[in-house]
Amino acid sequence: MSTFTPTRPPESLSKNVAPIDAGAHVLGAAFLGGTAALALVDGRILLLDEDGAVSEAVAHPDSGALVCAADGRRLVTGGDDGRVVATSAGGEIETLGDEKGKWIDAVACGPDGAVAWSAGKSVKARDGKGRVKQWTPPSSVRGLVFAAKGYRLAVAHNNGASLWFPNTDAKPDLLEWKGSHLDVMWSPNGRFVVTSMQENQLHGWGLPEKQHMRMSGYPAKTRSMSWSHDGLWLATSGADAVIVWPFQGEKGPMGKAPRECGVRPAKVSAVAFHPKALVVAAGYEDGCVLLCRMTDASELLVRPADQAGGAISALAWDSGGRRLLFGSREGAAGLLTLPV
Amino acid sequence: MSEKIPVTVLTGYLGAGKTTLLNRILTEPHGKKFAVIVNEFGEIGIDNDLVVDADEEVFEMNNGCICCTVRGDLIRIIEGLMKRKGKFDAIIVETTGLADPAPVAQTFFVDQDVQDATRLDAVVTVVDAKWLKDRLKDAPEAKNQIAFADVIILNKTDLVSEGELKEVEAQIRAINPYAKLHRTQRSAVSIADVMDRNAFDLDRILDIEPDFLEEGHHHHHDEEMQSVSFRIPGDVDPEKFMPWVQDLTQREGPNILRCKGILAFKNEPKRFVFQGVHMILDGDVQRDWKPDEKRESKIVFIGRNLDRDAIEKGFLATAA
Repeated sequence: MSTFTPTRPPESLSKNVAPIDAGAHVLGAAFLGGTAALALVDGRILLLDEDGAVSEAVAHPDSGALVCAADGRRLVTGGDDGRVVATSAGGEIETLGDEKGKWIDAVACGPDGAVAWSAGKSVKARDGKGRVKQWTPPSSVRGLVFAAKGYRLAVAHNNGASLWFPNTDAKPDLLEWKGSHLDVMWSPNGRFVVTSMQENQLHGWGLPEKQHMRMSGYPAKTRSMSWSHDGLWLATSGADAVIVWPFQGEKGPMGKAPRECGVRPAKVSAVAFHPKALVVAAGYEDGCVLLCRMTDASELLVRPADQAGGAISALAWDSGGRRLLFGSREGAAGLLTLPV
Repeated sequence: MSEKIPVTVLTGYLGAGKTTLLNRILTEPHGKKFAVIVNEFGEIGIDNDLVVDADEEVFEMNNGCICCTVRGDLIRIIEGLMKRKGKFDAIIVETTGLADPAPVAQTFFVDQDVQDATRLDAVVTVVDAKWLKDRLKDAPEAKNQIAFADVIILNKTDLVSEGELKEVEAQIRAINPYAKLHRTQRSAVSIADVMDRNAFDLDRILDIEPDFLEEGHHHHHDEEMQSVSFRIPGDVDPEKFMPWVQDLTQREGPNILRCKGILAFKNEPKRFVFQGVHMILDGDVQRDWKPDEKRESKIVFIGRNLDRDAIEKGFLATAA
């Protein structure tokens, strides 16, 4: 099932990590084909090609990036200059949207080159052909995600989330739950929408019945979530361990306990499931990065804790699951290449 | 842990002179860089590099506390600003004239991420000496803004007579006798009088004696909004006081805008100080009582339709 076969702990992979000095808070990480890309808050995009050559693109000159998303081909950033910018592996920059200086609060990448973004109460979806549709939800938007299939968008806002088909005039379908919803995830099979909330909990809806699911008990807000490759598990940050909720069956995690892995005396700040195996990469607020295998709870150290580096703020696997890119709030970053 | 960024909240009814004050703060030669969060974006020029447009989106926390409202947009904006650490030294939040200051203030106590990165320095309210009298009659927000203030800028004093000014001051004092009050024209006030006040810092709640005991003041009463303060000339029993104050703020939270207290707890050599906004209370032991200092316990509540007798009776019953 996997090209990934970790040995028993306490093995460390830190010698397989090539350090990267990002020089600024790392907002997000992604692989664009074979090129590793880091989005930095100062508006720069750092690009490392497969030979290790580093180049730089400036997506938001004289301003900064606030949010980012990627689709495997382009890294899309939204900035405090109001612009939505796509950067390719080759460093070419394309402006996809311009909200005239309003902060871009969320971005998402969808199928066939589609991109969505929000600024205040306005959500825009731009399909691969460049056609832009706009919708104004009842309150400002914090999170956006495309469905895995079809041109459909989940929008997180106050008192719930809405499912919007940008190409139809139909009223978006409201998933109601009181409170402020932050980030939003849509399961790969389309059956579940999950949001993180202001009140240190997650809320989920089973579709199409809109069956409620509450996932609580976090000591901090969950700001990073990742689906397993088979779509049956959702890994989440916000606790002193990766909290992994089971999404098998119709009821999702209801009535089931979540799995915990990578228990450490520091909060998890970023998570990323391996694209082929039940292995989750966890970044912590003290700069530590671990790989945790769900089948036997074994762990591998990627980066030791290091307070100066700050919390891990970005994690991404390449599509083959051979390389892991990470970055921190204080500008530390690295590229792990798994031993063959 | 890096230093928390101070946040000053500027409130005031429409036309009172908020934006004039804001521009004055920004242009004074203080060498500081500010991030300014405004609402009426673009209407009046703000002379600053970093100006962020806010939506004043208030929502209730889903935690069973009905008056626990926060500004969602502020949480989002501060999260974004914190990514630009080092670009500014302080944050100023200008609210609209119709805004209730409570959700802004509560945001700084309720959201952990905001609390980790910033500290609320003070609520500064600008009022119009000429029109305040009318606003207090027709605008509940104007009253809230005064009740909430740590610093009150009584502006446009050149447009009224000394007698009218005294009258307006008395009206302000009837609502909030504890704020620092500055008379100004064209919002001309020293920056030190509005910034770095540490008004929400427990260590800075040194005294809660009213600031207004000047001669010649006749006492005014506002029927709806008032402040009540009580004193016990000695210790209180924390086992009685804590449940009482928690129960009071839980029950009367929607009516209590601000509260403060300095208490002598039985067998405790240090002063206990607390302050609160609606239902949210923050308290801790502070410095030692000085040898020449009289151990006594004082509390003050500013709010709407407060039951003075019940609060007094309840508080006095906590005496040790």
